[in-house]
Amino acid sequence: MKDTLKRLTEAFGPSGSEAQVRDLIREEISGLADNVTEDALGNLVAVKKGSGRRVMLAAHMDEIGLIISYIDEKGFLRFGTIGGVGTLGLLGTRVRFADGTVGVIGMEKQDDRSKVPDRASMYIDIGARNRDEVHLRVGDVACLDRPFVDGGSRVMAKAMDDRAGCAVLIEAMRRLDDCPHEVHFAFTTQEEVGLRGATTCAYCVEPEVAIALDVTMTGDTPKAPMNAVSLGQGAAIKVRDGGMLSHPAIKDLMVRRAEENGIPYQLEVLEGGTTDARVMQTSRSGIPTGVISVPCRYVHTPSEMIEMADAEACVNLVTALLVNDISL
Amino acid sequence: MEISFLQELSEARGPSGFEGEVRDLLARRLRGTVDDLSADTIGNLIAFRKGSGASPLRVMVSAHMDEVGLMIVGAESSGFLRFRAIGGIDPRVLVAKRVLVGKDRIPGILGVKPVHLTEASERRNVIKIEQLYIDMGAKNKEEALAAAPVGEFATFDTPFSYLEGHELGDHPHGRVAGKAFDDRVGCFVLASILDQEYPFDLYGVFTVQEEVGLRGAQVAAHAVFPDLAFALEGTVCDDSPKEDDLSPTTALGRGPAITIADASVISDRRLVDLLIDTAVAEGIPYQIKQPNIGGTDAGAIHLSREGVPSVALAVPSRYIHSPESVLDLTDLENTIKLLRAALGRLPSTWNTRQDQGRNQ
Repeated sequence: MKDTLKRLTEAFGPSGSEAQVRDLIREEISGLADNVTEDALGNLVAVKKGSGRRVMLAAHMDEIGLIISYIDEKGFLRFGTIGGVGTLGLLGTRVRFADGTVGVIGMEKQDDRSKVPDRASMYIDIGARNRDEVHLRVGDVACLDRPFVDGGSRVMAKAMDDRAGCAVLIEAMRRLDDCPHEVHFAFTTQEEVGLRGATTCAYCVEPEVAIALDVTMTGDTPKAPMNAVSLGQGAAIKVRDGGMLSHPAIKDLMVRRAEENGIPYQLEVLEGGTTDARVMQTSRSGIPTGVISVPCRYVHTPSEMIEMADAEACVNLVTALLVNDISL
Repeated sequence: MEISFLQELSEARGPSGFEGEVRDLLARRLRGTVDDLSADTIGNLIAFRKGSGASPLRVMVSAHMDEVGLMIVGAESSGFLRFRAIGGIDPRVLVAKRVLVGKDRIPGILGVKPVHLTEASERRNVIKIEQLYIDMGAKNKEEALAAAPVGEFATFDTPFSYLEGHELGDHPHGRVAGKAFDDRVGCFVLASILDQEYPFDLYGVFTVQEEVGLRGAQVAAHAVFPDLAFALEGTVCDDSPKEDDLSPTTALGRGPAITIADASVISDRRLVDLLIDTAVAEGIPYQIKQPNIGGTDAGAIHLSREGVPSVALAVPSRYIHSPESVLDLTDLENTIKLLRAALGRLPSTWNTRQDQGRNQ
């Protein structure tokens, strides 16, 4: 799973530009599904047939990024953000465009150094001497650029949010044997800009039960915001976040399956932020929905950190749910 | 281009939820031109133009009829009307302006204390919308509310005017000023392109309640169920003088503005490319709208049902959401030209749901 995770996190895929990630996932899941489709918004859905419940599992392919808003005469690129990009971590960060062009983020002189600089004072420098040397255009997008680092049990990379979820789904597809249910593995688009891919994907799949796979923040770092989730303590079973309350019966079923199978788990209550689960839950006439989260530090920075054992626990929890009866 | 129709559209009054006058104007214009004309329950006007049959596609082009405006929420014993904004209005644009209240177009003035009576400190602060009032000349509360009950709407009182270099005829140019170019100019573009037959079935949807949350487009897209969609706008133009070499959102006179991404939608890349390729092939100027500013009906349309590939195309307009906006007639004409040409180049197969056929 670590190799898959490395390939996935290093791929380019800001919201709306998920093609490279989608192609990579297509390769990874080749031969693992009965049917693979891509829909109008670019969601990739792999179906494993079965006669039981129709279950939708969703992980989003997109990551946060930057979008060129203006190219000045000297060849500096002004930018807007795609998704929630914190300004604090941007200075000196490298960014990469779809064609491989790499740039660094620089900043104008700051009159008040006690304040967090605002994004409008920053620019991307791709090394162009002037506007004519810039082959990029307004509207082109970039991802934060960092290689995957294998620290053994703990790993860090950009876009762990939510390639970690994608890797968990892919691994679950590989290991799944004798699943009685009709399972739709959905790799969704545009989560970071408003859960958009999952909105139309859930309408299309029309599942009886839905589960989102995403990362969640932890409370185990120095003076972290209050949060009971820690790295290395197992799969996080979501109770609620800033956008949704998990269906209690699904949460309870997840806890039961984890305990039956000796899978380490922790319960997650996240104060801010939400996932694809929010829109799956309210799709059409309503869908019982839950979330399994991979605990992750430094979410929405170029170096998001997870523990492989947690991802492993998430895979085990997904397969434990799918091979058994899903009665709510 | 019939500029008198743009004038009629601009001067018609229709804040979100009160689009009747605009709808009637458009319906009168389109009756006889299109194959079917109907209004839905929320008030969208749907003009259907049957295709030649050469393409199986169902295409939706939308423009919203509503404009930002004011709503009466009460009156003071002195006869002044209190109001709130319908849609996004910067209170700074309201002070000392004329409005027309209700269907009967009762003139009102957004009164402001004369300079003789204000302190220097007062003049440095922005007046809040809650502090402003409409003076209709009413002498007391009863008189005011009888003429304009709670819930009544008001619009800016802005006659359409030519700014410079206007020349009527087939190719008018120059710049014009008026209210509500956001999005009556989109309505004008849509009404214009409905005059011809296309290979595909075309649904021209004049939507309601865009300014309060893309509400009309949401239900219209569900009903029309298109394969792909274009949202037409009168968009933000910010080309006023700047000290630094920084971005204008769009610039007047530089052609139709294509949205790659705004706050509501990331446009379908194939449709963005279709518009750019068409502009290049036809020699029509175009500009890319600065990303992340504002939202359009495309935001609701692309999320309809199983998803609808969508793109927004706009005529740049200065000073929108204020009593006066300005646009360049050449941009308007080029937008119509670009949309017509792009629709003509639309492939007849559009794989909105590609089955990869990987049955193992």
